[in-house]
Amino acid sequence: MGLELYLDLLSQPCRAVYIFAKKNRIPFELRAVDLLKGEQVSKHFSKLNSLQKIPTLKDDDFVLTESTAILIYLSQKYHTDDHWYPAELQARARVHEYLGWHADFIRGTFGVMLWTKVLAPLIGTQVPEEKVCRNRTAIDEALDKLNARFLGNKPFLTGQQVTLADLMALEEMMQPFALGLDLYEGRPQLASWHKRVETFLGAELCEEAHRSIMSILEWNASKTIPTPAPEAHPNMLKRLSRIP
Amino acid sequence: MGLELYLDLLSQPCRAVYIFAKKNRIPFELRAVNLLNCRVMLPNFLGEPVAPKTLTTTLAELEGILTLLEDKFLQDKAFLAGPHISVADLVAITELMHPVSAGCQIFESRPKLAAWRQRVEMVVGQDLFQEAHKVILQVKDRSPADSSTKQALMPRAQAMLQ
Repeated sequence: MGLELYLDLLSQPCRAVYIFAKKNRIPFELRAVDLLKGEQVSKHFSKLNSLQKIPTLKDDDFVLTESTAILIYLSQKYHTDDHWYPAELQARARVHEYLGWHADFIRGTFGVMLWTKVLAPLIGTQVPEEKVCRNRTAIDEALDKLNARFLGNKPFLTGQQVTLADLMALEEMMQPFALGLDLYEGRPQLASWHKRVETFLGAELCEEAHRSIMSILEWNASKTIPTPAPEAHPNMLKRLSRIP
Repeated sequence: MGLELYLDLLSQPCRAVYIFAKKNRIPFELRAVNLLNCRVMLPNFLGEPVAPKTLTTTLAELEGILTLLEDKFLQDKAFLAGPHISVADLVAITELMHPVSAGCQIFESRPKLAAWRQRVEMVVGQDLFQEAHKVILQVKDRSPADSSTKQALMPRAQAMLQ
């Protein structure tokens, strides 16, 4: 049966896993889970992952959730180049340090704009203006910290080479970027970092992985995105209510 | 200089680190940092009431999370990640002690979780567990903050309670 990756490239952590697997030529079966259709809450998918989240990995009988866990598992199982998840104690600690902060301050924050501009209207609701403003402030503050505390004068977030940290961060940046936000205005160091990571990954792979999110606004404007299935609505409403 | 750990035992992740270091006899200098910061108890500390709707929503979310913890992670295992204690259990237990110290009796109606808590406490050691949680368990009895502290904490509290 082999390795299966359950993904939707609209999702930031899914893209990180996809890019990592492709870049490292890890053979896998792509199992597409359509978030807009609400396939992650289907009975079928819930059997695999009762948390109803993607990315999900299935390696024969071993089912694993959480993008960080999946990335680390893949890096260890397929012996990817050391720089992704360095063996050296302090270098590895830095990756985890970033990922911990990322989980609190980047994750959840950078995905809000997709909800504001596309997903909430799709189910006939709106994110209150107050929350939109608060989110923009949160994005700004996170970018300042990303720049000053993590990147600094280094080429990559935790050192001289690309790590899992850069991949996870890049894919979160793509979300508001695709939704039209000029993230890097006044932040030339971050802009250079973004380019540097994409160059390392390769233009073709980035284009492929980013195609879905980069065309979401256009798709939305054409008013041809199908309304998510009714069983997906409660989940979506819950997610919306958790936007601070 | 050696290893220094900057901690406030009011904080859940701080407690996890503290317990881990102590349990594993890792020598370190404790550098105490005073935070005065926690979600459920802040309103009490600030002397301001929480809107009933916010409290209801928060408690409902907590219920959901506890169910998830039991059904998805713990299941029939002794500990969250398998038959032995891991850092996952430390991180989880220190988080759960937070609402407990606010008066939420989360273990009363959940015998599976209660049993897990006992097991974690036993492996960690009752003395160490009590020591790490002494601060948080006493926080309810703290008197409300003075006006300057209130002023400093209010914006943060309001944002968290939205």
